[in-house]
Amino acid sequence: MSLLKEMSHGLRVLLFRRAADRDLNEEVADYLERSAAELRSHGYTTGDAHRAARSADGNPLYVTEHVRDSGWENAADTLISDLRVAARRLRRDASFTVVSVLTLALGIGASTAIFSAIDPILLRALPYPHAEQIVTVEDVGSGGGPIDVTYGTFRELRARLHSFTTLAVSNPWQPTVTGATEPQRLVGQAVSSDYFDVLGVRPTVGRGFVAADDQPNGPREVVLSDGLWRRRFGADRSIVGRAVTLDGTPYTVLGVMPASFDNVLVPDAEIWSPLQYATSFGPDSREWGHHLKMIGRLRSGATATDASREILRVARTPVTEFARVPWADMSGGMIVQSLQANVVGPVRPALLAVAGGVLLLLLMVMVNVTNLLLARGAQRRGELAMRAALGAGRMRIIRQLLTETVLLALIGGALGLVVAQVGIRALVALSPAGVPRLAAVGLDARAFVFALAVSALVGLLVGIVPAVNGSRGDLRASLHESTRRAVGGHQGARRVLVVAEMALALMLLTCAGLLLRSVQSIFATPAGFDASHLLAMQIQTSGPRLADDSTRAHYFASVLQTVKRLPGVESAALTSLLPLSGDVESYGVRLEGSQGADGAQDGAAMRYSVTPEYLRTMRISLVRGRLLEPGDASGDPVPTVVSESFVRSAYPSGDAIGKRFHFGPASAQQSVIVGVVRDVKQQSLLASGETDVYRLQTRWPWLDRAAWLVVRTSGDPAALTTPVKNAIWSIDRNQPIVRLSTMEALVTRSEANRRFALIIFEAFALAALALAAIGIYGVLSGGVTERMRELGVRSALGASGGEILRLILGQGMVLSVVGVVLGLVGAAFASRALVSLLFGVSRLDPATYAEGVALLLVIAAAACWFPARRAARVDPAITLRSD
Amino acid sequence: MPDSTTDVIPGTLDLLILKTLSLQPMHGFGIARRVEQVSRSVFKVNPGSLLTALQRLERAGYVEAEWRQTENARRARYYTLTRIGRRQLDTEAADWMRRSGAVLRLLKSED
Repeated sequence: MSLLKEMSHGLRVLLFRRAADRDLNEEVADYLERSAAELRSHGYTTGDAHRAARSADGNPLYVTEHVRDSGWENAADTLISDLRVAARRLRRDASFTVVSVLTLALGIGASTAIFSAIDPILLRALPYPHAEQIVTVEDVGSGGGPIDVTYGTFRELRARLHSFTTLAVSNPWQPTVTGATEPQRLVGQAVSSDYFDVLGVRPTVGRGFVAADDQPNGPREVVLSDGLWRRRFGADRSIVGRAVTLDGTPYTVLGVMPASFDNVLVPDAEIWSPLQYATSFGPDSREWGHHLKMIGRLRSGATATDASREILRVARTPVTEFARVPWADMSGGMIVQSLQANVVGPVRPALLAVAGGVLLLLLMVMVNVTNLLLARGAQRRGELAMRAALGAGRMRIIRQLLTETVLLALIGGALGLVVAQVGIRALVALSPAGVPRLAAVGLDARAFVFALAVSALVGLLVGIVPAVNGSRGDLRASLHESTRRAVGGHQGARRVLVVAEMALALMLLTCAGLLLRSVQSIFATPAGFDASHLLAMQIQTSGPRLADDSTRAHYFASVLQTVKRLPGVESAALTSLLPLSGDVESYGVRLEGSQGADGAQDGAAMRYSVTPEYLRTMRISLVRGRLLEPGDASGDPVPTVVSESFVRSAYPSGDAIGKRFHFGPASAQQSVIVGVVRDVKQQSLLASGETDVYRLQTRWPWLDRAAWLVVRTSGDPAALTTPVKNAIWSIDRNQPIVRLSTMEALVTRSEANRRFALIIFEAFALAALALAAIGIYGVLSGGVTERMRELGVRSALGASGGEILRLILGQGMVLSVVGVVLGLVGAAFASRALVSLLFGVSRLDPATYAEGVALLLVIAAAACWFPARRAARVDPAITLRSD
Repeated sequence: MPDSTTDVIPGTLDLLILKTLSLQPMHGFGIARRVEQVSRSVFKVNPGSLLTALQRLERAGYVEAEWRQTENARRARYYTLTRIGRRQLDTEAADWMRRSGAVLRLLKSED
């Protein structure tokens, strides 16, 4: 209550300063008047009484000031008057203010944008209760890397582990809603009953899954996302218990997830259904395929390490109740890591590099504005000297100058928020696919606080050097010679700053260059196929009509035929697996005559179930033997084409043609190698030695429900998008076509993380170049202005224009070269942060560094040339007369 | 003026003002004069400190101020003790008694 009074009193004084002052003056005057009156009554004369009262009670002005100073509002008052002065100054130097505010807005805006992206993705915990207890559990592949788990493993671990409260698995599920418009494929997940419990999120409407829902041949049920519920069902609460038709089958809606639910494993999933896998199954069934993502919630107190240790223990003590298969025997243990680390891991290096880049940019912005302030400080020496002469203390002047820079930075920060808003939109648009928490990236309260804090800090840091510099020294002397512009000490400080700017710019340029080279060398690695003039899309079959293999085979065949007839189509083919699509499907290989124990494998290979023209359409080159032919639809063993790496690992000593092996589930027929082709990059352009097996689609134990259609075109592949789609829909209107893309775009997207970092660094480097150019131009130009007199004298004494041009240019270049040398050292350090993003280029690649240096020096020379030319054109008569 | 005049003991000015105002509302000069008189000119109150203290007490809610008409058409700012001001006076006075009593006892025991 007393604080409230304190505030309200202070505020009243601030708002009605004049009235408050009048009151105070009157009270003090009244006091002294009464004091004098008393003295008069003791016999003093009027004049003496006043003098005596004054000597006894003090100067009324002093008394008033003393009382005024006591309230908190006084400090605020000084700040307000400082702000008023600062605002006036900034308005007067409009061009300075505009340039500084824009520069600051760029720096603060870029940092805020990057912060808003990094904050939810890297810094904040995932949006689940006790998110630190949620972990992912992955099986270990033959190469030691993580692979998805099998349902069999999940079933055993769920029953036997004690370090988890719950475990759940999920599988991608893409049901199709058919209706009046184009058939729409939804992104969803088939999940085990505890999936939402592991995440700790419950539906807001209706209920989630319980164990009874997740039984083989159980009821068909779904839970909807809030987005889907609003979009498709008008946020109707009575939807719960009603049926929706997916893939031609009715599903009962159980519940709706909250709008805030962020499903980080599959961020765009909108619908969930129970997994409903079999409870007992043989080794050939899908339950033993590595295709499930497993997550678990640790018991409180248990760590990921405890969990993986317990899993190893369980792995070593098989029980008869849970039979295992050789490819899922947990012999290598399991990889347990926090869900956050798992989903954030792939984008982490790129985000950290970008954060480092924005820090460099912010530093450059600060150096640049400091530089501008110093230049302005030189012009303000007269004004500051006047203030000092009128009695302003040094601290008072520093405070005034700092108020000015903080105000400047805050204006810059406010504009920076606009920059940040645009930047965030660009970041989200550019961000690589699969970045988690993207929905949470935005200008939230934390980003605002960050922008405010950065602005204030930048304002203080930027102002401190010019303020100390400006308030230093003999101000009176500069009051005398305010018309004569001697070369002051601040030029020294400005030179240092220009050197720093050059160094920072070179660091950014070099990092951008290294990323550029990496991306170039990645895209230069052969993918194993010719991506130009290729259009790809996935054709899905949904609904009971295409449920059996033979109708589906017929459908696929008529699709191929129709598409091939389109003008502009050279060839077309189907495949179960498309290179660089992000999908992976591999099966175990057992060579004929292999000595391994029953069921043991000789490695794994990717399965490509294709139509005969596939290898030709993709232009995958033949190394030995022959490609697949329509005639391979019959024949035992199955004619098969394999990749070079397959041959290298399976038959290190000899020719592979005619060799036999078993591939896939036990029910698959024996394969015989008829041809060897080049390796194809399936997972990423960076992977090497992927082993591939190609067989005709019809020779696999089952026909996939979805197939990739690849179309080689004579012209621009994108132009055929609509004709191909329409051709397919002319056969069946209800079949969705998804993931449509040119093959070239797919190749580009496969390296999205690096490209993301590259684009941002390119933008930063460009801004850095501009800032460096402005910086060195400003210093040289200011120097020329201040040295007009000297240059005039030189010119009068016979220096030619060319000599003066060289003099100024030389000065600028000396600064640039010093900056470049420091920048090289800095870049050598900074590039360490990029190492994990680099490919095919050393972080100390001399060519990249040389290019950066050359580019920077050319820009610097151009920026120096303008002031130098102005100096060379100095007319001695005019300069000398003007002084 | 007697030479024995000193400034108010640090920390007691608020107490002296509150005590003075407990008799009747007064203006600043009246308070200063009364403190001097009652203390038999031992304490001298300077107006800067007094008015600052009054501003502080007002903001703390212990006194209230208002302009009042006084003799020959003049105005003066009168201060009145509030209820919580009176309570504050009681606690501060008791505290002072306790502490000065202790000091006194110590001094006497020295004799």
